[in-house]
Amino acid sequence: MLNKFPLWKNLLVLFVVLFGALYALPNLYGEDHAVQISATRGGEVTMDTVAQVERTLQSAGIQTRGLTYESGQILVRLESDDDQLAARELLVSELGQQFVVALNLAPATPSWLAAIGGEPLKLGLDLRGGVHFLMEVDMEEALSKMRDSMLDSVRDRLRENRVRYTGVNADGNNIVVNLRSAEDYQRALGELRNQFEGYETRTDSSNNSITLVMTDQFLQETRANAIDQNITILRNRVDELGVAEPLIQRQGQDRIVVELPGVQDTARAKEILGATATLEFRFVDTDNDLQDAIAGRVPFGSRLFNVRGGGQQLLENRVILTGDHIVNASVGYDESNRPQVNITLDSAGGRLMTQATRGNVGRPMATVFIEFLATGETTEDGRIAFERIEEVVSVATIQAVLGSNFRITGVGSIQDAQNLALLLRAGALIAPIQIVEERTVGPSLGAENVRAGMTAIMAGFILVLIFMGIYYRKFGLVANIALLTNLVLIVGVMSMIPGATLTMPGMAGILLTVGMAVDANVIIFERIREELLAGRSPQQAISRGYENAFSTIADANITTLITALILFAVGTGSIKGFAVTLAIGIVTSMFTAIVGTRAIVNLAWGRQKRLTKLSI
Amino acid sequence: MFLITKVDENNPLRFMSINKWTTALSILLIVASLATLAINKLNWGLDFTGGTLVEVGFSQPANLSELREVLEANDYGDAVVQNYGTQRDVLVRVPPRGEANAESIGDSLLRILQTNVDENLQIRRVEFVGPQVGEELAEAGGLALIVAVICILIYVSFRFEWRLALSAVAGLVQDVILILGIFSLFQMQVDLTILAALLATIGYSLNDSIVVADRIRENFRIMRKETPVSVIDISLSQTLSRTLVTSLTTLMVLVVLMLFGGQMIFGFAVAMSIGVLVGTYSSIFTRSTIVLALGISREDLMPPEVEKEGEDQEPVL
Repeated sequence: MLNKFPLWKNLLVLFVVLFGALYALPNLYGEDHAVQISATRGGEVTMDTVAQVERTLQSAGIQTRGLTYESGQILVRLESDDDQLAARELLVSELGQQFVVALNLAPATPSWLAAIGGEPLKLGLDLRGGVHFLMEVDMEEALSKMRDSMLDSVRDRLRENRVRYTGVNADGNNIVVNLRSAEDYQRALGELRNQFEGYETRTDSSNNSITLVMTDQFLQETRANAIDQNITILRNRVDELGVAEPLIQRQGQDRIVVELPGVQDTARAKEILGATATLEFRFVDTDNDLQDAIAGRVPFGSRLFNVRGGGQQLLENRVILTGDHIVNASVGYDESNRPQVNITLDSAGGRLMTQATRGNVGRPMATVFIEFLATGETTEDGRIAFERIEEVVSVATIQAVLGSNFRITGVGSIQDAQNLALLLRAGALIAPIQIVEERTVGPSLGAENVRAGMTAIMAGFILVLIFMGIYYRKFGLVANIALLTNLVLIVGVMSMIPGATLTMPGMAGILLTVGMAVDANVIIFERIREELLAGRSPQQAISRGYENAFSTIADANITTLITALILFAVGTGSIKGFAVTLAIGIVTSMFTAIVGTRAIVNLAWGRQKRLTKLSI
Repeated sequence: MFLITKVDENNPLRFMSINKWTTALSILLIVASLATLAINKLNWGLDFTGGTLVEVGFSQPANLSELREVLEANDYGDAVVQNYGTQRDVLVRVPPRGEANAESIGDSLLRILQTNVDENLQIRRVEFVGPQVGEELAEAGGLALIVAVICILIYVSFRFEWRLALSAVAGLVQDVILILGIFSLFQMQVDLTILAALLATIGYSLNDSIVVADRIRENFRIMRKETPVSVIDISLSQTLSRTLVTSLTTLMVLVVLMLFGGQMIFGFAVAMSIGVLVGTYSSIFTRSTIVLALGISREDLMPPEVEKEGEDQEPVL
């Protein structure tokens, strides 16, 4: 008999290997030092900015390797890390506060490779250096604010309508109303039933009690809002830090992961991330002329404010209300189905709002969003100096005397409404956050890890290659080709998958798959030896060796795959990296060790009719 | 170098003839491991206990006792200070404290060391794990081990016979106990990478036992006259060189990892090396002994016969 693969199988092997090699290729080109320029708070990167950047660098005599303008960002590649630092310094002072200039390493992948989605491996924080924060949102705080405000609203409503109650109390997230008589109970029911968004009414007429139950959907919404609010705040803060590729992501029920590659000063990062935003409602000064004020004649008792997106507004100095009274802000629709923002205040806030709006119906009211921005300087006592930035985010006309619940209509598109609601919640800081886990790796340790990992992989690889070559002779060489191909495939697949990052345990995983990938070949080769010793012809031995070994190898690898998947499910960060490389390595090694080596063996020996001996 | 010899079916290596001794050894090792686990406990790392860890590189070789004094004077008397890798690299660990600003302990440690010891120290690593997170990681870790064992039990019983599955999993349990026993005896730190090593060992050791189990099943089907003991001996002999070669290549890369992989990966490589050794032992001796004790026979491993419809009914005519 002869051992031959059909043409399609040979082509398949060739195709897979070339495909893997193609996507592994970008890793050979390395990275350029670069600075990345993006816009923040109302700024916009335009062709003018591009020209300005080019001019600035040229006049300072800094050579660039290229400048690209894509999706609102400018990326300038530079010759060295010295140039990179100099360029950043220069651009920060030149472009000013409306732009963020971040240091970055840009892959030097040739454009034809980048065009087909080729990019180098993404390195985990333990190899790149950087900060990983896990933050927990204080949901209890958010829910308790919501509960207190609800208690107030229910009491207010009963009092306004002269319904006497014996008690309005909280039971978990629910509100229990107890009443004296059946008559009061009926009247209260009329006032409370279906009056509160997100609550269902449950009644117990025998005890004259009504329970307002928070719906699961509302609870989920509240949680999601609290997370979104914090993610928005964190995004703005991270922009300030000037980090090139930050990751801010929800994790589980109430946690947020923040990863900042390249950041080393964690104290500074924490202070900036923790800075608060707030909110103020003020009346627009309609008695004086805005243009006059802009021209310099600002009337007494009023002040000019910048409007987000451009322009100015003249607002009264008196603050009606601050953001800490806001309990919730959500998007809804008005009678004619236009988006609106619903705002819920706590009872103190509701009273302030009622006082302020009584007699001011018809006047415009502005919402001012206030953030504290790090200036990059430190104060005398070593703390970071913050600058207060105020921006008008909405102006609306008061239609009636307002209480704890009111709405802002005419806010534009649904997108605008959502943004405004988010800002209102962010300014309110409904749910505070706390750091529950931090992992920082300095750049020197990161670089050291990369070096150590590479050395280990090379050394381990060479040892295994030598051993296989000696122990299985020519078949050992075939296995070695498969091993090398396997490495290329692992790198190629990992570069291709967007979410896969290489970590230090991941590098250990690669080396481990090298040790274990030879197992498949060992099983096959031992089987071939046995068949030879049992007196079969070389061609038969090859064929039977591969056939008999297949199910064993598959079973053995599937169980390892199971453990890798479990590790991926429970692991965090760098352990996930290990699980990913292990899983990828198992799949690719099965391919190279079974199909790949068979193709080579068939080509080398499978066509020889008078084969009497195998070099195994 | 191993020599390739033909396994003589009439005269294989009689592994099972010493199974009284290996059983005694296994029991002894397990009891000893459990004893040290009960007495010495495990040295849980930061990942599971919570707390703060700072690794710094000084420009001069560090004087550890001086560092301890400095820290003690600054209200960190509970800090553990040790060299990490080189003389100049130092690791400081502070156990969890019930304070409000637990996340800033790392920063304050760095400030203390910067102002009192070395202005130009290099921050190599800072880790802070809140107590809540530590508990969750420990829980998730334990759960992962149990889930892994159960999933594997299900898969292997589905693919093999229940006696082979049970013995495979029993071997895994022995592997895990022995590795933890050694970690407890030498008080090596157990962190997340060790958990990864344990799971990888489970995968590896199972790999081994599946290869053996596969051969046992195959031999039971083709050898009609042999006793179960000699079928198992023959199977073990036939797979011996594969078992040893794979263990050797895996150990080779693990030793390389220990030597060159750096501090962060050292514990992983140690745990996994122990795992490979223990796993090899258990896939040769422990599992086969258990399979025999469970009373495996040829009939158990024959492929299920296909029942013909109506076969169990009396012929009508």
